[in-house]
Amino acid sequence: MRYILNRLGFFILSLWAAITINFILPRMMPGSPADAMFAKFQGQLTPAALDAMKKAYGIGQSTLWQQYVDYLHGLFTFNWGLSFMQYPTPVSDMIRGSLPWTIGLVGISTLLSVFIGTALGVYISWKRKGFLDNTLPVVSMIFQAMPYFWVALLFVFIFGFKLNWFPMAHGYDPAISPGFNATYLTSILNHAFLPGLTLLIGSLSGWIIGMRNNMMYTLGEDYVTFAEAKGVRTSRLMFSYAARNAILPQLTSFAIAIGNVVSGSILTEQVFSYPGIGNQLTSAVQSQDFPMIQASFLLIAVAVLVANLIVDLLYSRLDPRIRTGGE
Amino acid sequence: MKAELTPTSQINGKSQNYFLKVLKPLRPFFSNGKSATGFIIFLIFLIIAIFAPLIAPYSPSAAIYDPNLPPTANHWFGTTNTGQDIYSQFIYSARNTMIVGFGAGILSTIIGLIFGVVAGYRGGLTDAILSFITNLFLVMPGLALLIVIEAYLKASTPFVNGLIIAMTGWAWGARVFRSQTMTLARRDFILAAKMSGKSSLRIMITEICPNMMSIIAGNIMFATLGAILAEAGLAFLGLEDINSTSWGIMLYWASSNAALLRGAWWWFVPPGIGIALVGLSLVLMNFAIDQITNPRLKTQKRRKNRGRKAASA
Repeated sequence: MRYILNRLGFFILSLWAAITINFILPRMMPGSPADAMFAKFQGQLTPAALDAMKKAYGIGQSTLWQQYVDYLHGLFTFNWGLSFMQYPTPVSDMIRGSLPWTIGLVGISTLLSVFIGTALGVYISWKRKGFLDNTLPVVSMIFQAMPYFWVALLFVFIFGFKLNWFPMAHGYDPAISPGFNATYLTSILNHAFLPGLTLLIGSLSGWIIGMRNNMMYTLGEDYVTFAEAKGVRTSRLMFSYAARNAILPQLTSFAIAIGNVVSGSILTEQVFSYPGIGNQLTSAVQSQDFPMIQASFLLIAVAVLVANLIVDLLYSRLDPRIRTGGE
Repeated sequence: MKAELTPTSQINGKSQNYFLKVLKPLRPFFSNGKSATGFIIFLIFLIIAIFAPLIAPYSPSAAIYDPNLPPTANHWFGTTNTGQDIYSQFIYSARNTMIVGFGAGILSTIIGLIFGVVAGYRGGLTDAILSFITNLFLVMPGLALLIVIEAYLKASTPFVNGLIIAMTGWAWGARVFRSQTMTLARRDFILAAKMSGKSSLRIMITEICPNMMSIIAGNIMFATLGAILAEAGLAFLGLEDINSTSWGIMLYWASSNAALLRGAWWWFVPPGIGIALVGLSLVLMNFAIDQITNPRLKTQKRRKNRGRKAASA
């Protein structure tokens, strides 16, 4: 119980910190970004409209503390402000439009990567000293060192430009009108394949190596040796004895990966001009759309923090040693 | 490269024993293929970075050559669409990328050391506060935070970017240093140092830090790798002064000028290979560092012979 309270406390504190960073950063920087933004609008809007806009963003008249309270209030009532980029569109609407793309693309490729990687990890630890076991550490090292957005660029070039197998950009063919029909869905799948493959390849080796190392460690435990001596079948030994325990650390990484789904593909989305949240953040930064930047960052941070909380709580259920401190 | 050859070429002759002694600490770098490869790649890029003005045939920014050339004898990596020599850009970028990467890697390791060692050595309330800050930085989504900071800073130089990367990316190291300090702090030699009246600061600097040199070095390697990748990513997104020279900026220009759509592979392939090679050399050299100071690897080797491979191979 104490452990759970401890984790909850950390979650609330870190959430508060993320929200406050989000509030303070734009106000700390030299030359208020909001003023620069309004300077840009000066010629296009009437002074009355500018005043209304300023009021909507809570700039100018109130004290810092009042702004902070307003900001918090707006945050929890899902009133996240209006986008600068596409002026009167609320930021929350734009996020609602882009979030499914990211969750669909990165979520599915993360799930695939975890399942394939973990299964391969078990297989490799089983067939020790095989071909895969020898080459994989080297391959994973190379992937660790490579900038994954560059791999994405290469894929676009090879499979999109040279071979023309897959489309080079966007979430679906702009010529097709969105709707729940076969052509639209095929177009989505066709466009998602290449970015999905890049994400999958980038993360797969990590899951394989992680599971393999956990398996090696667990297979060295006395209870496994004992079971082996007792004559337990190999498949039962691998799955019921070793893999069950070896999968625990994978679970931590899995929850963290799920938390990173929202943010983990900023660069990949940029390469493929995929209409997700990462792409939205990048274009918001380029066009100095501060309400949008704030909202995207907060969403990304909250996703990561919630995933962390869930893994902490789940872990204490699955591995009682965490709660009791290993006694 | 030179250093690699000396041990074999100087086997006999007493006067050369001195060289052997100097080279001895470097021996693990050559004792296995992986770390030797890493060290050689690293040396090559170090030489490129140091002597960039001598190696590069042209100025990296002068846009005075024929545009859009594929690789030729005069322009090894071709030219950009504004007629800049890509090979010269590549060489100068190596310099900036290495400075920023290692600068950020070392700086973030120092910040991590301050937080980790103080927290682990002091314990109590200090530990609670410092650990909280560390955990906070650990759970914050790194790239997103960097992008948001960049959004407010606007077009910073690669060096400012390195500074920000170091200031946001030190937490993982701090956590490792903290746990290592906690185990060291209970050892007898620390108690002895305390008894002899050394101040806490001196114990931390002269007793604890030297005893985790391998972890520190390994952390520098990985922090540098992270910094190089983060800098490249930020630059690629256009969040760096686009007139500066770095591999990430080269990728930015290549993709914003549609090098992909024009089939100009010579523009975007070299910077990526540069980043990947430097990164690979860091990962490979980490093997050597493990071998210098990690006695556990030897026992793992013995276990391997019995058919049970080490967990952390």
